[in-house]
Amino acid sequence: MSGDAFEYLLRLGDDRLVLGHRLSEWCGHAPILEEDIALANIALDLVGQATLLLSLAARIEKGSRDADALAFLRDAIDYRNALLVELPRGDFAFTIARQFFFSVYSMLQAAALQRSTDEDLAGIASKMLKESRYHVRHSGEWMLRLGDGTDDSHLRLQAAVNGLWRYTGELFLPDELERRLAGAGFGVDSVTLEVPWRAQVDDILQRARLTVPETKWMQRGGRTGQHTEHLGLMLAEMQVLQRQHPGAAW
Amino acid sequence: MVSRPTPALTRDAIYAILNEVMDPEVPVLSVVELGIIRGVEVDGNGVTVTVTPTYSGCPAMKVIEDDIVAAIRAHGVDEVQVKTTFTPAWTTDWIPAEAREKLRAYGIAPPGAAEHDAPVAIGRRRPVVRCPWCGSGDTELRSEFGSTACKSIHMCRGCDQPFEEFKPI
Repeated sequence: MSGDAFEYLLRLGDDRLVLGHRLSEWCGHAPILEEDIALANIALDLVGQATLLLSLAARIEKGSRDADALAFLRDAIDYRNALLVELPRGDFAFTIARQFFFSVYSMLQAAALQRSTDEDLAGIASKMLKESRYHVRHSGEWMLRLGDGTDDSHLRLQAAVNGLWRYTGELFLPDELERRLAGAGFGVDSVTLEVPWRAQVDDILQRARLTVPETKWMQRGGRTGQHTEHLGLMLAEMQVLQRQHPGAAW
Repeated sequence: MVSRPTPALTRDAIYAILNEVMDPEVPVLSVVELGIIRGVEVDGNGVTVTVTPTYSGCPAMKVIEDDIVAAIRAHGVDEVQVKTTFTPAWTTDWIPAEAREKLRAYGIAPPGAAEHDAPVAIGRRRPVVRCPWCGSGDTELRSEFGSTACKSIHMCRGCDQPFEEFKPI
């Protein structure tokens, strides 16, 4: 069970670490100052959540690695994030659509994980829930504003939704490990999150005058370490300091 | 070090010390008023303070922990430990009325009631946030994110001043 729990916590932690890093790339580049601050704030929340989750993973592993070692000294093949979060940040519409898809997922996941039999994980989940609620509100309001905005913003957001759709299926893949952990009361079987996720996402897409893509084919691989080429490039930048100067501290 | 009279090591004495430890980002609120102190244990010559973080990524939490240790040590207690708890999760509902008034007087609109488990309202009207300067309710949310994780940015149409709100969470 501790091997399962470690693997599962890497999924949770890596999703947030990788997306947090992608968001941080907007710092100094967002279209308006308020959004620059908003995206950096959300990045900070996600990296903070990742720190808590990877610290718990390290405690469960009972090895010599801490959260920093897990973040900075693993190669792409050992990362367990979904492909959705590692895709390059794209334009603002792409960043917002991805953030909305992930935040709704994270909110549902955190709400269920609050009932984990693991006290530490349940506590972390209760913080994630509060934070993902305002992440959903932030990105959801942008979905409405861009989707139901100008011709250009509508086209860009629809293109982003179309491009991202085939990466959403991986969030809800049936998986033996998650079934075992859900049975033990530790984790959540992500399959159970798909119906409520679709309901909330469809509602906003409709209100934003966007079309739900017809794509049926779904990409997968992140949970087993088969990533897109984008993750390696991102990690090269994220990890360079600890790789070149092991143990460097502020 | 100059010898200082060691205060009687009681929970009340430790709370009195903590009442003087201010939030580095919002220096009118003590860590007690902020609601993050979840327990104080005195055991022989040692003190354990249990805190709960405000936001997962709040960079001030480390500073706050260091400040707590330093303040209690300054009163002659050597063994000081800070423990972290996540349950129950911090909520601004724990900030007492007097502290809310201090926030307002400092120019930060105090938090309204946290919504906890209600469905997330997207694209709906939000509760009125009153301007801490002129008291007008004719204000507009500019960004749900501000200079720190705990604040949002608003604009008052009554007095044409920008202001921050301590976000209800």
